[in-house]
Amino acid sequence: MEVKNEIKFSMPSLSVNESTARAVVSSFLIQADPTVEELSDIRTAVSEAVTNAVVHAYRNTKGRIELTVRLLKDREIYIRIKDKGCGISDVEQAMEPLFTTAPEEERSGLGFSVMQSFMDKLTVKSKSGKGTTVTMRKRLSEHGK
Amino acid sequence: MKLDIRTENGKAIATLSGEIDHHNARELRSELDRYIIKSQPRMLAMDFGNITFMDSSGIGLIMGRSKLMRECGGSLEVCNTQPYIRRVLKLSGIERIVTIK
Repeated sequence: MEVKNEIKFSMPSLSVNESTARAVVSSFLIQADPTVEELSDIRTAVSEAVTNAVVHAYRNTKGRIELTVRLLKDREIYIRIKDKGCGISDVEQAMEPLFTTAPEEERSGLGFSVMQSFMDKLTVKSKSGKGTTVTMRKRLSEHGK
Repeated sequence: MKLDIRTENGKAIATLSGEIDHHNARELRSELDRYIIKSQPRMLAMDFGNITFMDSSGIGLIMGRSKLMRECGGSLEVCNTQPYIRRVLKLSGIERIVTIK
């Protein structure tokens, strides 16, 4: 993986940090000159992944969420969101549209669907009791060239 | 996040401003529910014209208010949705339950 630029940051799993993550990722990506729509897609996908970590991974506890954002060659964006929370026992089921374990909190069960449709590639690796790592990639268009 | 509710020709209009995510949705949800239960409007319009960001938390917020409005004998509509908000809404199929303008 040829990395042109990278940021790594970690933050406690407080819900207020959902917007912190979006803001940091957006400002880092400005240098790649994404379209308004591309940036909005990425912000939304990041928000979903971080919210999952806040709501599910660290449900009754607090822990840290680690984000890595890379600018790769050919205008490809790589984003990794990692937690050391409870993990997902059945990833396939968790990724089904409308599946949620938190209906009382009005979680719609569409987090992974949003990540999937707003990004080009989504990988979810999880181990019960160990944590979850979500990796997403998106290639930005060559607009204006 | 800001919420203003006014009544116009018997219709309640809730104007939401700012970003809708999991963190903000909680407060919006309780403020809207308090209003719905107290005022029992026949029609509530949620105006999304000043929303600058929304993730799937917004879907939960709309679905929940739609359910409460129906239980109170009224109906809900969502208006002034910008294209990127409609893309999120489209994933949920929510247009089948709630009028989106």
